[in-house]
This record gives sequence, structure tokens and C-alpha cells, in this order.
Amino acid sequence: MSSLELKDLYDGFRNPEVIKSFQKLIAAEAEKLGRTVNIMEVCGGHTHTIMKYGLTQLLPENINFIHGPGCPVCIMPKERIDHAYTLAMQEDVILLTLGDMIKVPGSHGSLQDARAKGADVRYVYSPMDALKVAEENPTKKIIFFAIGFETTTPMSAALLDVVIKRDIKNIFFHINHVTVPEVMKELIDSRDEHVNSYDHRIDAFIGPSHVSVISGSKIYAVFPEHYRIPVVVAGFEPVDVMEAIYMMIKQFNEGRSDLEIQYKRLVSQEGNLKAQALIEKYFEKVDLFKWRGMGNVPNSGLKLRDAFAPYDAEVLYKEVLPYDEIDDHKLCICGDILRGFAKPQQCSVFGTACKPSSPLGSCMVSSEGACAAYYKYGNLL
Amino acid sequence: MCLSIPSKVVSIDTEQNIATVDTMGIQRTAGLDLMEEGTVAIGDYVLLHIGFIMNKIDEEDALESLRVYQEILEKLDEEDRRQMVLDDDNCPVREAP
Ligand code: SF4
Repeated sequence: MSSLELKDLYDGFRNPEVIKSFQKLIAAEAEKLGRTVNIMEVCGGHTHTIMKYGLTQLLPENINFIHGPGCPVCIMPKERIDHAYTLAMQEDVILLTLGDMIKVPGSHGSLQDARAKGADVRYVYSPMDALKVAEENPTKKIIFFAIGFETTTPMSAALLDVVIKRDIKNIFFHINHVTVPEVMKELIDSRDEHVNSYDHRIDAFIGPSHVSVISGSKIYAVFPEHYRIPVVVAGFEPVDVMEAIYMMIKQFNEGRSDLEIQYKRLVSQEGNLKAQALIEKYFEKVDLFKWRGMGNVPNSGLKLRDAFAPYDAEVLYKEVLPYDEIDDHKLCICGDILRGFAKPQQCSVFGTACKPSSPLGSCMVSSEGACAAYYKYGNLL
Repeated sequence: MCLSIPSKVVSIDTEQNIATVDTMGIQRTAGLDLMEEGTVAIGDYVLLHIGFIMNKIDEEDALESLRVYQEILEKLDEEDRRQMVLDDDNCPVREAP
């Protein structure tokens, strides 16, 4: 193979023969383990790949997946959705957002419901689409409801950068960006009510693909160093995931806990420094961010720096935004699923009262959530 | 929303700081705001996310992975073939009559 074709970048990493050969290699290594290992794929994109390609069926029984909290839509608490809803209902506001966000119910309904009641809510492909909307609607306030992990934070920053440079007066931001290492730490550190101890179930992490493209693998250094938990940053294709699992089990068998990168074609230790600089310029940490299904996680959220408060919809609409705490649905066991103590089918309302079309809990909300992936791809486990 | 797709850069507009990329035959534009000036060239493979180029795909690393996979395949194939020979040597059917 002399040069790389675009096709190779798809097919090469989905090749069923290669998947099968990793299956054999993994089986041989796993036999030596002599115990079960619990591997958490932090990112919803990996959950999706694992379910779509049925990878759990290809793996020996002593390899167990725990599906992590890495779906930006799923983790959005109702409080924040209620903010979006309230903003959308303001008379002169056009609310823009990405992804499945528009479908997720808050306590008064989803943004889709707000739209049915006459609010101007629009789905955009890119934050930059806000520029056009703002130009076409000079008398309206355009609010970008910004969601996502490190992957999408720099894009919000890039939009703000343009807004400031071009002195655009009618684009504002409601920031809901969250960061991955903090929630990984929370999953390990949080007191566990089941065993009433600080025990955790996670033996290894598959590091997110695209968060790491931006932030670099360096953000996970604490896990192997401090917690002795291996991390392998993997790509999204099925071959990527299989290779990462192979690398991980080899680490166990060799008694190592290292930070390794399987997704070398896109991830470096340093990451995209320009994107990181943009994040740093415009954002700072908030003390607590409430994750749906997980509760408050210290230092896991971002907000605009005070210097950019004039662009912050949360500051501008402080008087009208609701601040009531809302509990997760009582029957929902997403928190247990995320911590590795339960599988989606063990939830009493899985597939009955809770479905992708009418989600009760966070894991059913977007196709990247664990419950939604199990629902879509059947009872494969 | 995070499943970004590899694409190939077909043209660059330095004025607007955007690139046109081809993703499996579909052409789209993507912002270069997150890339250092001059680091993206026509013909490069890149990863897109919500209208931006997030990073370049390192061709050497991608080729290296694909090469390793090929080697693994060949090695396992050879082992399979050897196993077939050994199995054949012990073929019970042959000894039957
Ligand atoms: S099926 Fe629904 S209610 Fe049950 S754990 Fe999953 S998201 Fe929560």
C-alpha cells in the first residue's frame, strides 16, 4: 500500500477480517487474565460503535463493558433545558442549538414543544450558521444554546471570536460545555451507595476519540498515574475499538497501567493547541455542573469569562431564568448504569414506559446513550 | 452528534478562512478557524466536526495502522494454514479403513 485513499480510511478500519483477527488475539490474551475486567467506554460514540457492530458478542465473557456518560445531549439536566425553553419563549429571541437537543424534554416540554407553541427554535448544523440567522434577523436576539464536550467547545469559542471581531450585536450564548476528565474522576471517586464504600468497578477506560483530538491524551494522565487505571484513546471505527481492547488486556497481563493512544492518526499527546487556546481565552471553569443521571460534578462545567458577560444569555436573562432543582425520574437507574452496577435491561421501565420516543431518563435520550443503543440494537448481551 | 467523518480537502479560500472538502462524494465547506494558518493543504485528509476542521489525519500513522493490520491478518492466516496441515496429519477419516 503506497498511498492512502479516502476509502482506506473508512474500509480499512471496518474490515471484518481484521475485526476477526483481533477477536482471536483478544481471546488468547483474555484467557491469561484469570478474572473479569470492566472496561468503560467513556464516550457515547464508542457505545454506538460497540452496539452497532455487536462487538460485545465477539469478546470473551470476562470482558465487560460499562457504558459511560459521554453523550452531551444525554447528560443535559432538565434545569438547563428549562433555561433553553424559557429563553426560546422570550418574544424577541431566536434560539439555536445542535443535535438531538431539540427533542429532549425538560419540565415544561422539549424545545420542539416550545416551537409548537410559537417559539422560534432552530436546529443548526454548525455554530457558524448563527451568523446568517443574525444577519437576516437584525431586530432579534439570537441565542446559541451551546452544548458538548471539549470536542465542541472550541467551535463555540470560534463563533464568539467572530462575533467580537465583526462587532455583531445580536448573538448571545447560553453555555453548557462540560469536560470529560472531571466526570471520569467522579465515576471513580464518588461514594457508591451499593457497596457503601469508595469501591469502583472500572478497571480501564477507553478514552474518547474526538475530545482527545482537541485536548490531547495528556488530560487522562492522572488515571494511570494516580489511580493505576489504564487508558487507551481509541478511534470510532470497530477495528479501532477492538485494537484498543487488545492493547488494554495486554497492559493487564503485563502488569502495566499506561496511557496509550490507539487513534494515532488523529490524536497526539498535546492535541490541537490553537483550539485549546481559543477555549482558554473565552471560557473558565464553574465550580459545579449538574449532570443528568450523575448529579453535581465538581469543576466539570464551563462558562464565559466575566469579560465576556455582555454575550452571556445567562447573565442577560438572569431575572427570567428558573433556578429550581429538579430530580431525575425515580425509576431511572442511569446513575447505576453509568457506574457499572446495572445494564439497561435491568431497568423496570426499559422499552416500556421509557423509549427513545418518550425518554424518562438521560440514557435513552440520544442514540449515543446506553439505553437508546440497547433499545435500537436489541438485547445483544 | 460526535461521529465525525474523514474528508479530503479539495480547495481552500484563505480570504474567508474556509476549505471545501469531499466526504465520500459530498462536497461541503468547513471553517479553518481551529487550524494554524497554512497547516492545511489541498489533498490533505481532515476530520470535520459541526462545520469545522478539527485536525488533519496523519497519513503515515494511518498507513502504519493499516500495515500492521495486514501483517496480523497474514500471520493468523499462516497459523490457520499450519493448523490445517497438522489437522490433516491427524485426520481420523484416513485411518478408518
Ligand atoms: S430505560 Fe429509561 S428510565 Fe430506565 S435507566 Fe434507561 S433511561 Fe433511565
